[in-house]
Amino acid sequence: MSEPISRRDFIKGVSAVVGGMITAVIGIPTIAYLIDPALKESAKEDWIPVGRLDEMPVGKPTPFSFTRVQVNGWERTATSHGGYVIRKSEDPNEVLILNSRCTHLACTVNWSEGDQVFLCPCHDASFGMQGEVLGGPPPRPLDRYTEFRVSDEGMLEIFYKEA
Amino acid sequence: MWKKVFDWLDERLGLNDAYKNLLDRPEPRGNWWNTLGSASLFLFILQGATGIFLTVYYTPSPDHAYDSIQYIMDGVAFGWLIRGIHHWGASLMVLIVFIHMLRVFVTASYKYPREMTWLIGIGLLLTTVGMGFTGYLLPWNQRAYWATTVGTQIAGSVPFMGEFILKALRGGPDLSALTLQRFFAAHIWMIPAVLAGLMGVHLYLIIKHGESHFPTKED
Repeated sequence: MSEPISRRDFIKGVSAVVGGMITAVIGIPTIAYLIDPALKESAKEDWIPVGRLDEMPVGKPTPFSFTRVQVNGWERTATSHGGYVIRKSEDPNEVLILNSRCTHLACTVNWSEGDQVFLCPCHDASFGMQGEVLGGPPPRPLDRYTEFRVSDEGMLEIFYKEA
Repeated sequence: MWKKVFDWLDERLGLNDAYKNLLDRPEPRGNWWNTLGSASLFLFILQGATGIFLTVYYTPSPDHAYDSIQYIMDGVAFGWLIRGIHHWGASLMVLIVFIHMLRVFVTASYKYPREMTWLIGIGLLLTTVGMGFTGYLLPWNQRAYWATTVGTQIAGSVPFMGEFILKALRGGPDLSALTLQRFFAAHIWMIPAVLAGLMGVHLYLIIKHGESHFPTKED
């Protein structure tokens, strides 16, 4: 057995331990409070249902649209998205899904049944049924939703990933 | 090693002298009632610290004030704790400062040579209540809104210049975004600055005069 601990050293030790505990009890919540937003996961990707596949005609673009809501603290921002589903045949895998956002300046393109092209109202751009550029300023074809699946209920779902 | 560092600092900062004069000064025989001033000081520091942390998320705008507080309560880790401490600490601080004043009155500690300490203490009580009044509006809920409506109306009942006082407090004839913004500015900048300044003088005077003895039968 070593020297019995002195009264002074005992008080010092207890003070250090209690002080450390108080610091931890105050400090940890405070740091958690400050860095909390950095620890939050926001849903940046999701499967989005766009409509029943058997209700979409083959060989004719079917429009769809959906809204994504982004929540930052107490602020909610909604953004609209849209596109066209083009079925090449009755085969559920033979589907082309285009984003209706013009690749020039992000206006929404519309399907023109008469001309069989997608027309952009902003700068007269036109795209073919495969999304290829036929005329106007766009630098590249329409974007595609490449990941999709058909649910058991026959619902076509696309995989949305935030840019 | 640490001794050397401490000695180097002590030679330049006078740490030992400061310790001797500020913390190791002689005290008359007292009791727990003598600790209320220190308790007030501690609460002020606590309110300052939690208040600073609340401004990280709080937004003083009619559009966002309520929602930002809801977010602090439900969305931020330990936000409920920080706001809870600030909320209850505010009531406790008014209470403790008031009891501190009663103690000084009952023990006649306001007499010569401590009259100025007493007068500045009155200023400290008023600014503390001012902190409570301006802070009460910030949640921007029904209670906050109507309490401030009534509170500013009371200030507006002063003869002759009442209307001017009312408009100056509200930043216009009605409670508005301007009211919330100026109450926020008063709550986090102006009143705390006055409070801290007065506290500095108050503490200086306590160190200068020392604490008073409790009166004896002969007094």
